[in-house]
Amino acid sequence: MRIPCPYCGERDAREFSYLGDASVARPATDDAAAYHEYVNLRANPAGPHREFWYHASGCRSWLVVTRDTRTHRIDSAELAR
Amino acid sequence: MAAMKFSALSLLRHALTGNREWTPHWRDASPKPTYDVVIVGGGGHGLATAYYLAREFGIRNVALLEKGWIGGGNVGRNTTIVRSNYLLPGNIPFYETSLKLWEGLEQALNFNAMVSQRGVLNLYHSDAQRDAYARRGNAMRLEGVDADLLDADGVAKLVPQLDFDNARFPIKGGLLQRRGGTVRHDAVAWGFARAASDLGVDIIQNCEVTGIERDPAGRAVAVETSRGRIGAAKIGLAVAGNSSRVAALAGLRLPIESHVLQAFVSEGVKPLIDGVITFGAGHFYVSQSDKGGLVFGGDIDGYNSYAQRGNLPVVEDVCEGGMAILPMIGRLRLLRSWGGIMDMSMDGSPIIDRTPVDGLYLNAGWCYGGFKATPASGLCFAHLIARGVPHPAASAYCLDRFATGAIIDEKGQGAQPNLH
Repeated sequence: MRIPCPYCGERDAREFSYLGDASVARPATDDAAAYHEYVNLRANPAGPHREFWYHASGCRSWLVVTRDTRTHRIDSAELAR
Repeated sequence: MAAMKFSALSLLRHALTGNREWTPHWRDASPKPTYDVVIVGGGGHGLATAYYLAREFGIRNVALLEKGWIGGGNVGRNTTIVRSNYLLPGNIPFYETSLKLWEGLEQALNFNAMVSQRGVLNLYHSDAQRDAYARRGNAMRLEGVDADLLDADGVAKLVPQLDFDNARFPIKGGLLQRRGGTVRHDAVAWGFARAASDLGVDIIQNCEVTGIERDPAGRAVAVETSRGRIGAAKIGLAVAGNSSRVAALAGLRLPIESHVLQAFVSEGVKPLIDGVITFGAGHFYVSQSDKGGLVFGGDIDGYNSYAQRGNLPVVEDVCEGGMAILPMIGRLRLLRSWGGIMDMSMDGSPIIDRTPVDGLYLNAGWCYGGFKATPASGLCFAHLIARGVPHPAASAYCLDRFATGAIIDEKGQGAQPNLH
């Protein structure tokens, strides 16, 4: 698997580390139920998945990669900010 | 159709008649309109659940729905290891229940599952790791589980061919569970299927669940499948790997990510490794099958996947782990590798519980430890479905523990599924 880093170009996946689902957002409140959803619950789709990858052995940028979990095909990679 | 009973005499009779008179071991059933219980998922856990529902709890009007074919999922993709060497109180009684069921399984099922208690040895490589293993071994012994802490000499008596003086990861000793070992995984599927079918369970293959029907009060009352609607008083999901997808049919969102785990088999060689050996400084474990191939594996790939195949970095990582303890295996050629999809839960431990949907029960989140759990998972899930309350051995595996904080995190990694 190769990830097209916006800074470094297409790089081997072993240069990156994986955090997980990029669609969850930290709650604005301190509501426990909202935090439970944020920390624990995931859609876990079989198909396109927006996810965080960190280019640890490269530019050290956080990326949001859109990847199909059924095929590992990567459709896009953009800076997380 | 009662399954024929296996005995030395029956094997001899079939041998003398050229093995031409074998008959199918379970009925390939077609769905009836309704059942008392529908189990979704014909893997090891679903088969065991159906079997124990019929045998222990007298519920025989049961359908077991399998998307593909019996033995074609993760029950045929694992590395066949059984053990109960856990640390935490929520886990030890459950996995020990499972190991005890393995010990009596072949007699109970009248089926040769090749249960082989050849020992599971976890190597340690530092003083700190020895202390952690001593703690785990003591926790096991407090629960009545066998555990022996070995020093390097003790390990050398068992496995002299290890690379004890490896400069980076010297082998200082190991934690040994002698009652651990391996079980022929396909035979587990076939044995449970045969015994369940014999007790009246309908095993329905090529039957994919595409919807979960709910009545106006919200109760789950039927499943929509590729072979039509099937009504059910109770529905149990045992579809690890795809739990999130099936639970989503009932509007549920689970504390689970699906990840791919790879496994490997080398070419066959003469007897080299008696038991199961695990590397303590990385993730690598190995045993030798009766055919002679080394069966080994390591970490999950670490990203969400339903692809049933992994990538090369993990192949390299697993092989590096193997080379660190057994440099001789560098001369072996790899015969096969494959991938299976794991339910990686947020705390690394499974879920056997009711769901917020009435009539819908969940067996999920087995991470990469599902095979050893097969019989206890089936027994506890059947108990929950039949009696409505958790089995004592699985009472910690509740779904709300992620919200309440009563998590069971063996590795202490937090809510990060790819690190468990």
